[in-house]
Amino acid sequence: MADKIQLSKKDRLSVAWRHQFLQGSWNYERMQNGGWCYSIIPAIKKLYSNKEDQISALKRHMEFYNTHPYVSAPVMGVTLALEEERANGAQVDDAAIQGVKVGMMGPLAGVGDPVFWYTVRPILGALGASMAMSGNIIGPLLFFVAWNVIRMAFLWYTQEFGYKVGTEITKDLSGGLLGKITSGASILGMFIIGALVQRWVSISFAPTVSTVQLSEGAYIDWSAISSTASSDGVGAAIQSALSQQASGLSLTDTTVTTLQQNLDSLIPGLAAVGLTLLCCWLLKKKVSPIVIIIALFVVGVAGHLIGLL
Amino acid sequence: MDPITVLLVVFVAFLAGMEGILDEFEFHQPLVACTLVGLVTGHLEAGIMLGGSLQMIALGWANIGAAVAPDAALASVASSIIMVLALNGGSSDTQTAITTSIALAVPLSVAGLFLTMVVRTLAIPIVHAMDACADKGNFRGVEAWHIVAIIMQGVRIAIPAAALCFVPSDAVTAALNAMPAWLTDGMSIGGGMVAAVGYAMVINMMATREVWPFFALGFVLATISELTLIALGAIGLSLAFIYLGLKEAAQAGGGAGGSGDPLGDILNDY
Repeated sequence: MADKIQLSKKDRLSVAWRHQFLQGSWNYERMQNGGWCYSIIPAIKKLYSNKEDQISALKRHMEFYNTHPYVSAPVMGVTLALEEERANGAQVDDAAIQGVKVGMMGPLAGVGDPVFWYTVRPILGALGASMAMSGNIIGPLLFFVAWNVIRMAFLWYTQEFGYKVGTEITKDLSGGLLGKITSGASILGMFIIGALVQRWVSISFAPTVSTVQLSEGAYIDWSAISSTASSDGVGAAIQSALSQQASGLSLTDTTVTTLQQNLDSLIPGLAAVGLTLLCCWLLKKKVSPIVIIIALFVVGVAGHLIGLL
Repeated sequence: MDPITVLLVVFVAFLAGMEGILDEFEFHQPLVACTLVGLVTGHLEAGIMLGGSLQMIALGWANIGAAVAPDAALASVASSIIMVLALNGGSSDTQTAITTSIALAVPLSVAGLFLTMVVRTLAIPIVHAMDACADKGNFRGVEAWHIVAIIMQGVRIAIPAAALCFVPSDAVTAALNAMPAWLTDGMSIGGGMVAAVGYAMVINMMATREVWPFFALGFVLATISELTLIALGAIGLSLAFIYLGLKEAAQAGGGAGGSGDPLGDILNDY
């Protein structure tokens, strides 16, 4: 018997590199099929020397395929292992390969979306954005570098994992590991989103609730300060004013309480969480996010005009 | 803009367009795209600030399955070009330019969405061409068509970006300056609220009865301003591990013949 044909590390790296372009020919008919076929070409070339076999392999990998682009890597690893066995004469038919792909893509997409799109990206994005909003270059750099390091490591190591473990991976998948990752990601994600809503959704209600006249001695007496200025000089006046403020005297003779301060004394960001839950509800009612976004701008302008915001 | 700047902007737009579909390197995220446009046009700091603000709005925008979210690529590239034009025009101040660009980004993200759908439909004949190449065992053909499809996605953003570059910057600045203060202030207030929509999209995808308490914890802990996002991340991660560990322990205990009531078990043993 001839030597076993094996995929070298170079072949696998080449597949992993191409796999990054999985979604390039995303189409409404068979979704990621073109990108999948494009990715696996180096392996087909290595494993099958016969033209007939090459053609049937290409056609086999042009079938419908769609999952999250990163968790597709372990699927690719398993598929490589199967193709390798097949090229070495094992009984692996087209249906088995397609079955593995379809069987893995659904549950894995269910993990990839919450982990990457709803947990890792919002966290890294918010971290970078909060620095960037003050013009700090570290913000975008941190986001870009951290994201791509995580992504590339994930793509390569999970593909290798799939390749080494082969079809046995399906046992792991049903062993509850995926469920644990998903719920762990949801917990972390929800926690961070809660924090982000508090920090970054800003609503401030302008109306004044009360204006209280302060009693004498509770505010800085500016006429006394100006007489100090004329007698002892401006420096002494400033010093006296600052020390009075430091000892707790008010700058004005009234205390103005706005609606916002009242809300903040309940818990800061109450209005923000209310708005977010309203958006959740509207989205559940199938209102398009775009409509809500435009409506919020309209509310912002209108609210500002009538003095509410 | 001078020709070299235009070329660089179009190149950044091309990368963003590609990434809009690939979703790998993240060149289409506002934080990256706006920074790059700012870098090549000499308005790096303004670009970073715009990118940060837009990123906060776009955090929850993600392509799930066949559904497509508002398009971050066109929104970030086009709005940053408009901002640069306004700044080049001279008289408009940075903050106004950023605020207005954010408001403009929203309709742009819808326009980008339609362009994406057009391109995804155009990709159907492309995969048919790939089928034909596969039938002949033509590796080169399959590869070439896939690359054509990727380029098509890049061009989707590169063309509008190139067109925008030729708008005279005086016109943009004049238009911005003609906007009354109540409108720009109001839009900036609206911009502060818009982030809620992105968060709501994420919440709707993940929320179950089980995880709502963690949302509340995150919200309340964030009021402590000494806690940075990294600190909050550490707390969240720990909570997730603790919760999953306890849940597993509870299940294992139940399976081993316990009464499912750990406190009751302790009392019984006592």
